[in-house]
Amino acid sequence: MTKKGIFGQILNRFNKMKHIIKVNVNDTDYEVAVKPGAALLELIREELNLIGTKRGCGLGDCGACTVLLDGKPVNSCIILALEVNGKKVQTIEGLATGETLHPIQQAFIEKGAIQCGFCSPGMILRTKSLLDEKPNATTEEIKHDLSGNLCRCTGYTKILEAIETAKAYLNGEKPKDIEFQPQKSVMNLSVVGKRLPKLDAPDKATGRAIYTDDIRLPNMIYGKLLLSPVPHAQIRSIDTTEAEKVPGVKVILTGADVPDVKWGTSPARYDETVLAKDKVRFVGDVVAAIAAIDEETCYKAMKLIKVDYKELPAVFDPEEAMKDGAPRLFDNKYENNINTRVDHHFGDIEKGFAEADHIREARFVGNRTYQNPLEPHCAIAEWDRHNKVTLYTSTQVVHYVHHQLSRILDLPLGNIRVIMTNCGGGFGVKAATNTLEILSVFLAKRTGCPVKMRFTREEMYLYGRGRHKQYIDLKIGVKNDGTITAVKQKAVLEGGAYSSFGIVSTYYAGSMLATLYKFPNYKFDGYRVNTNLPPCGAFRGHGCPHPRFAFESLLSMIADDIGMDHIDIRKKNAMEPEYHTCNDLDIHSCEFQACLDLVRKKSGWNKKKGKLPSGRGIGIGCGGFVSGAGYPIYRSKFPHSNAIIKVEEDGSKAVLFVGDADIGQGSDTILAQSAAEAMGISFDRISVISADSDITPLGFGAYSSRVTLMGGNASKMAGEEVKKKVLSAAAQVLNISEENLDAKDNKVFVKDNPEKNISWQEAAAAYFSTGGPLVGKGHYSPPEGLGGTYKGAAVGTSPAYSFSATVCEVKVDMATGKVRVLNFWDAHDCGTAINPMAVEGQAEGAVLMGMSEVLFEDEVFDHRGKILNADLHNYLIASSADMPLIDSSIVDGYEPQGPFGAKEVGEGATLPVFGAIANAIEDAIGVRIYDLPITPEKILKAIKSKSK
Amino acid sequence: MKTIKIQLLVNNNEYEVSVSPNETLLDILRERLGLTGTKRGCEIGECGACTVVMNGEAVNSCLILAPQADGSKIMTVEGLMRNGEYHPLQQSFLNHDAVHCGFCTPGMLMSAYVLLQQKQNPTETGIKQAIAGNLCRCTGYQQIVEAIGDVGKKGETD
Repeated sequence: MTKKGIFGQILNRFNKMKHIIKVNVNDTDYEVAVKPGAALLELIREELNLIGTKRGCGLGDCGACTVLLDGKPVNSCIILALEVNGKKVQTIEGLATGETLHPIQQAFIEKGAIQCGFCSPGMILRTKSLLDEKPNATTEEIKHDLSGNLCRCTGYTKILEAIETAKAYLNGEKPKDIEFQPQKSVMNLSVVGKRLPKLDAPDKATGRAIYTDDIRLPNMIYGKLLLSPVPHAQIRSIDTTEAEKVPGVKVILTGADVPDVKWGTSPARYDETVLAKDKVRFVGDVVAAIAAIDEETCYKAMKLIKVDYKELPAVFDPEEAMKDGAPRLFDNKYENNINTRVDHHFGDIEKGFAEADHIREARFVGNRTYQNPLEPHCAIAEWDRHNKVTLYTSTQVVHYVHHQLSRILDLPLGNIRVIMTNCGGGFGVKAATNTLEILSVFLAKRTGCPVKMRFTREEMYLYGRGRHKQYIDLKIGVKNDGTITAVKQKAVLEGGAYSSFGIVSTYYAGSMLATLYKFPNYKFDGYRVNTNLPPCGAFRGHGCPHPRFAFESLLSMIADDIGMDHIDIRKKNAMEPEYHTCNDLDIHSCEFQACLDLVRKKSGWNKKKGKLPSGRGIGIGCGGFVSGAGYPIYRSKFPHSNAIIKVEEDGSKAVLFVGDADIGQGSDTILAQSAAEAMGISFDRISVISADSDITPLGFGAYSSRVTLMGGNASKMAGEEVKKKVLSAAAQVLNISEENLDAKDNKVFVKDNPEKNISWQEAAAAYFSTGGPLVGKGHYSPPEGLGGTYKGAAVGTSPAYSFSATVCEVKVDMATGKVRVLNFWDAHDCGTAINPMAVEGQAEGAVLMGMSEVLFEDEVFDHRGKILNADLHNYLIASSADMPLIDSSIVDGYEPQGPFGAKEVGEGATLPVFGAIANAIEDAIGVRIYDLPITPEKILKAIKSKSK
Repeated sequence: MKTIKIQLLVNNNEYEVSVSPNETLLDILRERLGLTGTKRGCEIGECGACTVVMNGEAVNSCLILAPQADGSKIMTVEGLMRNGEYHPLQQSFLNHDAVHCGFCTPGMLMSAYVLLQQKQNPTETGIKQAIAGNLCRCTGYQQIVEAIGDVGKKGETD
């Protein structure tokens, strides 16, 4: 083709000529020009703007991008767009007919199979192809067929239930009802305690839900980060001259272009710079940021940036790093690389051990695991002409991002708007401010364009902030009757290069051992040590799972030593209500005994324990967690959760505004249930806007399992204020004093004569007519004075604590060491379950995630600190093929501090899993494994060493 | 209808897009390249809201068929700012309160930009002629003419 026009010459530089292909997508014919290297996923998302298809890994591992190609499911990220010429593609957007959902979509919504929703489009299409082919697919066939579609939230349990329901719908049958016994505490409630589908599930089932990467702003450009390839080095110089010449490059920022301010998560240890100033401390440390017209151009330019590194000795093992003379990551702080040191002693440890009839100690080692939310981190920043920046981001905590940006940019909070989009899973890794959120803001400022930045799956691992690997020396003393007299724990946490949440992680590793069992004497020595590896942070159960794994393992070992049943020794020491722990934590409601009794009964423990054949085993583990931290990371007197409710002028509907974040756990739904119950209206009359710093009031977000209790209390309080105003208006209409009225189920009625009533809507409209906007406000602060007065006493404090017990049954192949987890029986004390279906979803997801960590997950590094398995095919997470049967129960309970009696479930349900599996494997093979993950190699080695 | 590929240099960024012969440059800018600063006012070349600079001339992009633009250099309002700073014309429009509803503004700025490229310090009549194809229903044009005139006087043409 001859190029016309004066710029033909420039344009002819195009080296990759696009090709035009014809493709039918969702019954529409398209002719589009595609680059030879472009994937079908790019064609679908970028060219056709069908953003329901998600990009999870880019390597065909996760299945989030599943579409149907001529009716067959494919990973669209590994199909070239050119290959689909003349073919037919179906995406999630093509599944529903108008407003009528496909039965599979309907079933996924009804059965609670959707949490963060990022896997849902792919999962639903995969299910469709399976049921098209095999309308009566068996459970095993379903689990096998779905195993290429990873879900990190649900534990697949509710997905399987949904598919059974979908099968029934498609075959014209009535789906089986779920057996469910409501809790005593919700008997007189209308909205709370109901198994309601999540508010956002329909959008997530149809591909309409907008995640950050789905947003495309006008004139938007893209940013990428240049990461250090070496683990420890001085930067002598950076030369960006050649890189800046690449056509399409807008700006390249290095350390010299950004403020000197240090940032991080814990104010006591801000130690990260916006871009490396003079030194890099791990493979993945951020050296430069590039903005260009597209990501491809960013990568081209990145290769031309010349960085002169003077390599320094590096250290990767925390116990090595603590030694005198080890390479230091920071010259002027963290002596011996010890980033955090905790030295706690409660009661009298010497006396405690002296009183013990039996003492046992052992060393346990955890694993370095990564949260792996299905959705990679993504952020888009845009500045307006009034020095105000808007950031769209996939975060768990708008408040942290807001606060941290204000510090880094030296701007008032009001000049920064942080909007949380849908979040495709977090599990802790999206709880802190991240490098994309910060650098997109800088790049957008410099270029005047909106800038989108997103991680690849590999970059997610390099950014890190996963679970600290802990080396734990644990010693427990007991009386002959099993009573614990003393506990001594030393934990060394491998911290990686920077602090992140690590101070808190270290304190949690110690403090939370004391909330589950009663013991008077306790010593904890904690060390968090910097190494030249990606920083570690907060991961579901924050700092506690490895100590809990050690404790539950050692407790079972001791039970064997003194000839006591594993559940009996736990019942002997189990926490009780209204107990003050040795480290000054106040337990209120506690149904731990009920959890233990229930899993004993459901699992058939008495018939199985010690009686199963070789290769089969059963084990128990327990856990529990805080229901939100008692104190904020950023010290302030502001209430932790806040809510505003605005009712339409005609009283028809209410909108709840909350700062807390729904990351798939369903908090929007739970808070709406709490507010609706408090107002006296039905669930279909409320909607929620959450986590937008300009629109919603301050909320501390989704971390430390805080939202149900704290956001719930704030939402309930706001609802109560609205109700009071509605009752006052109704009193005028009915000419009856306000005290004699109540509201429920969309009616305002006379308490002792319910037949006399008016509609809630009429009363609300009457209020507006005379009083103006009908608004309610609510806020929640934890009780004052929680915890002791010693250093670090704040970590572990909470208004309420959850309790749980899990029994696990496993089958171990004695020839190969392969473990098959057959069953979990889990019981959780979350007080009142505001939404039992959501609670079960949390517990099932937590159980499977815990199992995945125990059996499969471990980050592997080479001798130069470079991660070797930064993907989802060398770092395996549990798929549907691995899932056991999970029976999750909620025991009756009521937490006086919580809204309608509710407390946490999200993290507490992970904690029992580690010990339960370890104990079950020991029961099966007769040898104990002390380090995670418990792989077939370790099991075989253990079996061999035993037989010697 | 046969789809064809065209290449464009828009605001100094290279693009290759597939277009139908009946699509307009306006369609491509707004719907395909996401440059929504250029506005759709009448679609028959009467209002000027869609004005862009094409190979140095102000054109109504709604009247240019996309294949006609193949190989062209285009500038839209998004290309006016440099490194996050206003172009003098934009600053002058703000100073003179020449932006009301703002719908004609991008096209108006493009016409003014071309005028100042072609003629230093244009007369008031010259300015009026140059923007005669750009309709504004809010301002009565007076503030716009003054805004452009100011920039012309200062000689800040680029």
